[in-house]
Amino acid sequence: MSRPAHRKPGYHKTNKDLFVLTYGALVAQLCKDYEKDEDVNKYLDEMGYGVGTRLVEDFLARSCVRRCHSYSEIVNIIAQVAFKMYLGITPNVTCNNSSRNEFSLILDKNPLVEFVEELPTGRSSLCYCNLLCGIIRGALEMVHLAADVTFLQDRLKGDSVTEIGIKFLKKLDKKNIGRKNEK
Amino acid sequence: MADEAVFLLLHNEMVSGVYKSAEQGEVENGRCITKLENMGFRVGQGLIERFTKDTARFKDELDIMKFVCKDFWTTVFKKQIDNLRTNHQGIYVLQDNKFRLLTQISAGKQYLEHASKYLAFTCGLIRGGLSNLGIKSIVTAEVSSMPACKFQVMIQKL
Repeated sequence: MSRPAHRKPGYHKTNKDLFVLTYGALVAQLCKDYEKDEDVNKYLDEMGYGVGTRLVEDFLARSCVRRCHSYSEIVNIIAQVAFKMYLGITPNVTCNNSSRNEFSLILDKNPLVEFVEELPTGRSSLCYCNLLCGIIRGALEMVHLAADVTFLQDRLKGDSVTEIGIKFLKKLDKKNIGRKNEK
Repeated sequence: MADEAVFLLLHNEMVSGVYKSAEQGEVENGRCITKLENMGFRVGQGLIERFTKDTARFKDELDIMKFVCKDFWTTVFKKQIDNLRTNHQGIYVLQDNKFRLLTQISAGKQYLEHASKYLAFTCGLIRGGLSNLGIKSIVTAEVSSMPACKFQVMIQKL
């Protein structure tokens, strides 16, 4: 079966449950393997990084987005196109500082935690969805953007919303070495 | 909706992750395969519960196997099993000529020695699905030329 080059919504839709359940089994296994929450979080982030570096190609091939000219454009695309394509949700985007390099994605609904009621006992610092942070970080790095991506708030930890913070660091593009003000 | 690509990438990361952490420790190939198979087992149990919520009761073992080959496989891997064989004594062989988790790895005999790593999760998936339908089994897989592979299900009579 060849993949069509143009977008066809629903063509390669796998059952969402498969991904969500697999992710859950993975986190459960990691909790068995690692005692410290930080280790599990770090592992999830690294795995996500590996997924993100490859997923970005799939994303660019399917979505045909045009070249972005600002960080806020990029974050909007991540929220409105990428999240929609892969998870079926559209987080809200907010900009957190005046130099416009720190943003937040506010997730109202999070399909990854559909079957998770609460964090297991003794795992209060577990960032259950840390894979997402790694994915975003890996994907951005493949388009020559360095960013710190972390969970700022997490509903599973008792916060009112789930918030992913994206902080763009200096651009990795060779052309822009020496330039101080990036938009 | 989670796109298939994300699951494939996550699965590949899981396989390489399990083997990477094995390198640093003392574990051999068998333990890694078991880990992946156990994860698949959990997922299979959960999936089959959701899929069969509204389906009618299965008539017999063969009916269940046909369900796995058609509906279950289609929902999970976007296609049906190409060939189902049985000796009517508790052994079933499910043949998939273009197994989704192998198509990106190679087309033929290259990397054949690594194929079993990418099948462990699915073996567990089948075993877990059958387990929640009341069937205890042992599931193994064999590949002679990617992306075709065969899953062998041995029903364990209690």
